[in-house]
Amino acid sequence: METKTSHLRSEEMILNMGPQHPSTHGVLRLEVELDGELIIDVRPHIGYLHRCFEKHCEAMTYPQIIPYVDRLDYLASMYNEFGYALAVERLAGIEVPPRVEYIRVIMGELQRIASHLVAVGTYGLDIGAFTPFLYCFIEREKILTLFEMTCGARLLYNYIWVGGVSHDLPPDFIRLTKEFIVTFKPIIAELNNLLSYNKIFIERTANVGILPLDTAINFGVTGPNLRASGLKWDLRRDDPYSIYDKFDFEIPVGEGWHGTVGDCWDRYYLRMLEMEQSIRIIEQAIEQIPDGDVTSAIPKRIKPAEGQIYSRVENPRGELGYYIVSKGGLQPHRLKVRPPSFVNLEVLGELCKGHLVADVIAILGSIDIVLGEVDR
Amino acid sequence: MIIFEYLADLFGAIPAAFISGILPIAFVVPYALFAVYWERKVSAHMQDRLGPMRTGWHGYLQTIADILKLIQKEDIVATAVDKPLFNLAPILVFAGSYAAFAAIPFSSAYIGANVDLGMLYIIAVSGLVVAGILMAGWASNNKYSLIGAVRSAAQIVSYEIPTVIVILTLFSIVGTLNLYELSEIQSSNIFNWMIFGGNVIGWKKIVLIPLMFAAFIIIYLTTLAEVNRTPFDIPEAESELVAGYHTEYSGMKFAMFFLAEYANMFAVSAIVATLFLGGYHSPFGYLGNLLGISWLVPVEQFFWFTFKGLGFVTVQMWLRWTLPRLRVDQLMTVCWKYLIPLSFVIFLLVSLLMVL
Amino acid sequence: MKQYISNIYSALITVFIGMKITFKHLFTPAVTIQYPDVRVALPGRVRNRLYVNMDDCIGCDQCARACPVSCIAIETVKSLPGEDLGKTSNGKKKALWVTKFDIDIAKCCYCQLCVFPCPTECIYMTDVYEFSEFEREKLVYSFTTLSKNEAIEKKQNFEKFEAEKAAQKAAPKPPAPETPSTNPQ
Repeated sequence: METKTSHLRSEEMILNMGPQHPSTHGVLRLEVELDGELIIDVRPHIGYLHRCFEKHCEAMTYPQIIPYVDRLDYLASMYNEFGYALAVERLAGIEVPPRVEYIRVIMGELQRIASHLVAVGTYGLDIGAFTPFLYCFIEREKILTLFEMTCGARLLYNYIWVGGVSHDLPPDFIRLTKEFIVTFKPIIAELNNLLSYNKIFIERTANVGILPLDTAINFGVTGPNLRASGLKWDLRRDDPYSIYDKFDFEIPVGEGWHGTVGDCWDRYYLRMLEMEQSIRIIEQAIEQIPDGDVTSAIPKRIKPAEGQIYSRVENPRGELGYYIVSKGGLQPHRLKVRPPSFVNLEVLGELCKGHLVADVIAILGSIDIVLGEVDR
Repeated sequence: MIIFEYLADLFGAIPAAFISGILPIAFVVPYALFAVYWERKVSAHMQDRLGPMRTGWHGYLQTIADILKLIQKEDIVATAVDKPLFNLAPILVFAGSYAAFAAIPFSSAYIGANVDLGMLYIIAVSGLVVAGILMAGWASNNKYSLIGAVRSAAQIVSYEIPTVIVILTLFSIVGTLNLYELSEIQSSNIFNWMIFGGNVIGWKKIVLIPLMFAAFIIIYLTTLAEVNRTPFDIPEAESELVAGYHTEYSGMKFAMFFLAEYANMFAVSAIVATLFLGGYHSPFGYLGNLLGISWLVPVEQFFWFTFKGLGFVTVQMWLRWTLPRLRVDQLMTVCWKYLIPLSFVIFLLVSLLMVL
Repeated sequence: MKQYISNIYSALITVFIGMKITFKHLFTPAVTIQYPDVRVALPGRVRNRLYVNMDDCIGCDQCARACPVSCIAIETVKSLPGEDLGKTSNGKKKALWVTKFDIDIAKCCYCQLCVFPCPTECIYMTDVYEFSEFEREKLVYSFTTLSKNEAIEKKQNFEKFEAEKAAQKAAPKPPAPETPSTNPQ
């Protein structure tokens, strides 16, 4: 900066945000270089939650990995299991019954809503609105209760297994899910009125942290963050897996409703829109769900032939990929996860440059990372 | 005032002054305890929760339990802090907010100091709070505290300008800055309240009402900013600055900041109530006058005063649990681009009107 | 100028809309409950603390092998020909003394993988979720019905029997089939 006071000695301040900080969404450490309140650079330091997941998997059988997969992105456990089960099924050539596919899709989309509710709620919290956060959590708890009813756990399910699911749906599940959908629709409108359309919220997020499409693609950003930048890219449609090709749903993209395409508000609002689309999918799936046995295709022991596979699914946060190498044993020879949060986090430094301290929080929240997945 | 004279008769002038100076403490501390409890309950019910429920009926003893806990807590002072400033800051902040109570008329029978420039005195003395906050931020030797303190100073100094302009507007109507006189002007009728144009009569009053409403909203917002409440709570924005200037404080010193915050909330609410909503005056007339019991009137006035003050405090809480917070530059935008020009326009229009 | 006024307007209006919503919620009943006094009814499939019904356990070690965190430790001793260990509830004959059946519940990840392979359905998850302890050691639950001395006795009996058999046949036998899995401590 060339000013008249440039002969004065001034230093940049290094502000250390995290690993213990109210809004770093876990144990992320951000090294923020500040010039007053202006950000010069942001360097994320990760690894505080590293658990050697990938190496550990090499010592475990295929079913034993599933509880660990839950702990990657603990807000979207169902979807992690979904992706893992798909990968192993493709590797071992297992066909699953149609009812299982429907159950998986219903669970996955419910999980997507639950995950987006956390993303939206905590984003409000980052911006300073506490109340929407709890409204979101009320709804999320309802979804978790549905999950608990089905598989007995609220957060780490171990529900979707290779070749099937652990339990069939409980008798009340369909009715309660329908009830939930009916009560949830007005909640989206209420959240929009309370937070999304609030002028202060729009001012805080619109035109902040703009992610241009080419940058997004270059950084490998996926999921809602990529779609908010304007690209209609959703693996559910572009690389269909399971039975997603049977459903009619739209892929919302960022349109720069209150500013530029790809700003924080777009990323935030896209999640709102995706929740509506998830509801559409669930409604269709509930109508079409066939009867059948859900555990019949679960193999006694999973021993895929030698080979390798890369299988990807559209997790609530983006492209979740599993690369599995099998040497024909009971354990995978190598398991690599392509976590969406980890890849999306890299773009943070790019987005923050030139913004204010408060915007770091806004941008970080809009990227919606889960540290369990970043660090694995 | 009656109380002071009564006490002066009993004990002499100097002890009486001392006692009547202590009196607001007897009000502020229980009030703060109640306000903390009230805030927790309001926020809880707004968020479909229950809030404190264990200590006493619906947890009404919760804040007392909290204070007891805070008193027992170890007072942690980091080695790198500037100790004298660090210890002085909470006292200064509380003193600043407490001193404002001196010029506020609680009822026609009690005002700490009947100063002619009462309103200006309050504005000036609340500047002490800025010094305290800056001290706390600097002495803590913590980057978050420092940023919070600098933000807070900028914010409070900026928002004093529209406050003062709105007060000037009122001054141009009533011609006094003495809060006691201002309250008396608004007596006897709800339409004498400044929000309805005060004691002005005729067509001017009708023109004044919308202007006064706008002025009322402006001063409410600016006072909100002066006490660092949401949406203007960026100095202690917990999502980015942890806790702002009081990050490093613990135990009783932290409680002092807390107490000061709640005392301040009531002080500004009381000022807004005094300036615009008739101060301690009842909107419906007095039961004491009706029954011919003269001592009941000041008591009723005190009730109305606390009622209005607490009402505004509740609205502050309501706003806090509804709104997100602004960013630091937007905070300045709101002040310099919106509130100051608007308050100037109102000031000019009102002055013109009064000259006509 | 138009932008300026619309900014003021939208700021005020959206604030009022938000306040209306929070005001409405002020009068909706709370969703939280007073936990120790009021409890949520848990669904039937709920997965909390593990329990082992030792009457039915045949000591097959399948649960320990399924466990991804190795929190189950089982040691067994073969029964002698004359001993009758009884039958499990689904009619399987028990053939092993389970001298050790420890579950380190502090390690347990509640994944329920141990429940499914059990041939007699004797290990299952209950709805008990309040079992915190001040000492970690207390979270190692021992389910075996045999006391320590009994366990030692069974082991000695078996060794004696083996030794006798070996002496009878005068040929070394393969070592005892007991397979102590990973040590939980």
